[in-house]
Formats: sequence, structure tokens, C-alpha cells
Amino acid sequence: MSALLRDRRGAIGLALLAAVVTTALAAPLVTAGNPNTPGDVVATKFLAPLTRDVYGAVHPLGTDRLGRDVWARLVYGGRISLAVGFLSVVLSIGVGVVVGALAGWWRGWAGVALLGLTDFALAVPRVVLLLLLAALWQPSTVLVVLLLGVTGWMPVARLVHGEVRALAARPFVEGAKSSGAGSLRVLARHVLPNALTPVIVAAALGVGNAILLEAGLSYLGLGVQPPTPSWGNMIAAGRDSLVNAPWIATAPGIMLVLVVVGCTLVGDALRDVLSRQSSVVGGQADG
Amino acid sequence: MSLATGRPVRTMLGTAWPATVRLVLLSLLLSYLIGLVIGTIQAARHRSRLDTALSVVSVTLVALPGYWLGLMLVALFTYLLRLLPAFGASGFDTDYLGRWARLADGVRHLALPLATLTLIGIGGAARFVRGAMLDALEQPFVATARAKGLTTSRVVVQHALRHALIPVVTLLGLSLPALFSGAVFVEAVFAWPGVGRVLVEAVQARDYPVVMAATTISALLVVLGNLAADIVSAFVDPRLRALEERAA
Repeated sequence: MSALLRDRRGAIGLALLAAVVTTALAAPLVTAGNPNTPGDVVATKFLAPLTRDVYGAVHPLGTDRLGRDVWARLVYGGRISLAVGFLSVVLSIGVGVVVGALAGWWRGWAGVALLGLTDFALAVPRVVLLLLLAALWQPSTVLVVLLLGVTGWMPVARLVHGEVRALAARPFVEGAKSSGAGSLRVLARHVLPNALTPVIVAAALGVGNAILLEAGLSYLGLGVQPPTPSWGNMIAAGRDSLVNAPWIATAPGIMLVLVVVGCTLVGDALRDVLSRQSSVVGGQADG
Repeated sequence: MSLATGRPVRTMLGTAWPATVRLVLLSLLLSYLIGLVIGTIQAARHRSRLDTALSVVSVTLVALPGYWLGLMLVALFTYLLRLLPAFGASGFDTDYLGRWARLADGVRHLALPLATLTLIGIGGAARFVRGAMLDALEQPFVATARAKGLTTSRVVVQHALRHALIPVVTLLGLSLPALFSGAVFVEAVFAWPGVGRVLVEAVQARDYPVVMAATTISALLVVLGNLAADIVSAFVDPRLRALEERAA
């Protein structure tokens, strides 16, 4: 951690993420009013940023089509976007580690089948896979987490598979086996802990990616459903008033860029720090 | 048959896939050309202020959501400057235009979607090229070339860059799924008549036959693209070529 902070990219990235996460967590403290209930629509719709409405309330980022405060929606939408990004990456890392570890550990048809499944799923672009699955159920926030988890595990599985394959040939594995440990116990207790370093980097990059994709799905109307705010559906709503109220679509886009830049910087710094500490570390993002 | 439009799926996608291939290929070429230049400059001026500045630019480009960047470009070039059309691949009057006017019309319609997709791609390409070039510049043959007294620009371009091209071409194939994913959003924003837009509209209309077909086509295009990248890398890397000739 201290090594990460000494890296300039790591420090900047962590600061960016910390600022956004703290603001989102402290949402009721930094915003006034409910982000979902429209105010007096006629009097308060499409107010420009930093203007005062007829009730004397200041809107730092203006208001939207229904007179709702854009700053409040941005902060509450951040809660949703960050939570979806984090949870879906936890899910995809979990699935990826299990599939990758078993595919690398099992010799014979089971391992080949698992690896084949991974490669097959990798050949379909992730967004296409997401849209295919999104077409099957009613869109909801929970569904977005599941979909992002289910479509994001393949690169992790590939990574873990490679590490496990390399580690399985090392002498300490044979040592553990000969001292009587069961096969799956050797995998879980001895091999996997050594294979997880590149997964940490992949997770940092994956969170940014998942947040972008969540916003993309919500933008297309297939993710988080209005009136619940998410950065994606805010951009979609801002599209319709791009000419007379450009601030509605601009604000969530800038937040997305800040968060993803933060994740990328932390991922880059982590990769360098970890590879200095141990052997070769690789991780790849895919959009 | 499509459930929503009543048209055969084959004709819907038959007209869509060339539009997607055109958009994706052009953007792949452009973003890698520009990324190659930026990454090479960064590696040659490693740890300079220019390197840091360009790194900031490429990290930001990677983080840009395509649908949002597209909207911003539309706000700027269509509404503010009134220069470029915001949607479609051709104007309403395209059938009445002469050959050159029609071509110009097509280019004007292509400009914004292509710029959006390319800008996003440049970041990833530049980041990767920078890494590959830094690796190449550490190779012993580069030190040899320097020791021979060659100029820095000659060492960088003729010796290191040729070496760094090999992993870059491999990445070209591997980045196709990501590029295709980006194209889906860009096509949706700009109403570009490609596979991505057909897919998005089919999903929103719960038009399952079209969804299935569009998914299959996009997977097929990606696999074909990977095959093409493998063939190209054999041309770029003389060692691979020699290996194949020996095998044949």
C-alpha cells in the first residue's frame, strides 16, 4: 500500500477514487433534497448551473427536464454506478478464478472443456454478449450486476489458468501432494494463493470497465431504470436536451472519465509495484 | 424472419455488416497509425515532460465512454458549428447526387462516428506501443546500432520500431472484440446502419431471431479478424515466416 502511494500514478488514482467514493457515500450530507422527486416542474426545469430557483435553492449543476437537481442525481447515481461496478467485478473475479484454476489444474477432457468454454465466450465481443443476455429478462439493477459478472470472467480465467499451469510444475506442489494433501486442497491452499497477483491488477482495471459498461447499458435503456439515477441513464436523458441544457449530459460523462482514469492509474501502478515485488505480472482490459 | 420488421433477417444483416466492417477497419487503421506515432515519440523521449503529457492524454482517451464522446462531438460539430451531420450514413437526397457529391456526402456522414471510435482507440494503442517500444529499446541489438554511430531517429524508427511492430500486430487482432464493443455504442448514437445498431434495436424490440443472427455475425467477424491478424503478423515477423517455410 505504501509502495502504491509512493508511485505518482497510484497516488493520483487513489486520490481520484477516494474523492468520488467519499462523495457518493456522504450523499445525504452534500446534497439537498431527494434526487428522484421532481420539484415544481414549470418553475424549476432546465435551470443553468449555479442558478438560484424561485424557492431560493441553489443548483450547482443546474436542473433537468423535471426540475430535479443534477448534482443530487449525480451523487446518488454515483452510488449506483460504483456499487454495480464493484459487485460485478467481485462476481466475475470469483467465477474467473474458479474456472481458470480448475481448467489449469485438471488434466484431460474436463480441463480442455473448461478452457474451450472460456475461449468460446471470449470470441464474442463483450457488449454483444451483454445485449444478447439483456434481451432475455426485464432490465433491473440486479440484472446488470449479474450480466456484467457473467460476461467479465473470461480474461480472469485465462490469466489464472496460465498461472496455475506454470505453478503446477513447481516442486512445492509435488511436496504438498506427497505429504498426503488431497488434490483440491493442494490447489486451493498452495497453488491458488501464488496465482492471484495478476488478478489484483485485472480487478482494478475491471472495475473501471464495468462502470463504463453499466453506464452504456443504462444509456441504451437496458440497465438501471429511471427514475433511479445512474450515470448512464442521466447521459441518455441529457441527449434529448443536448441543445438547450448541455450540462445534464456533460456532468455524468466527466464523472465516468474521472473514475475510469482513477481505476486505470491504480491498475498501472499496482502492476509495476507487484512486478517489482514478484515475478512477471500481466493484466489486460477489454472494453 | 424478423418479428419486429417483418423483413428477412438475411437482408437486414446483409446490408448491415459491410457498414460495420468499413467503420471498424478504418478506425482500427487510423487509431493504430496515430497510436504508433504517439507511442514511439513517448518511448523515444521516455520520462520527459512530453512523455508524461501524452500519457495523461492516452489514459483519458481510454477512459472516454464512446456514447458520451459521440454526444459531445455532435453538440460541438452539429449544433454549435453546424458543420457535420449527426446521424446516418447518407443524406436524404443521396439518390439525386452525382458521383462525387455522393462520395463527399458519405465522407461527411462518416466523419463523426469514425472520429469517436478512433479517438477512443488511440489511447489503448498508444499505451501498448509505448510499452513495446520501451522493451525494444532495451534490446542488445539497439545498443549495437547506437554503437555503430547511427543517429537516434534511425535507431528508433528502423531498428526498434520494426521489432516493436510484432506484438502490436498481435494486439491488433486481440483488440478487435473491444473495438467491436465500442462500435455497438457508436453505431447506436449515430444511427450508423451497421450490425451494432441492428442488434441494439432488436434487443430493445425483443426481436430474438435478429438478436441471434447479429450475435453470430459479430463473433464471426471477430474470428475472421483474428485470422487476418495472424496472417499479417507472419508478414511482419520474418522468424514466423521462416518457421512456416521450413514446415512446408
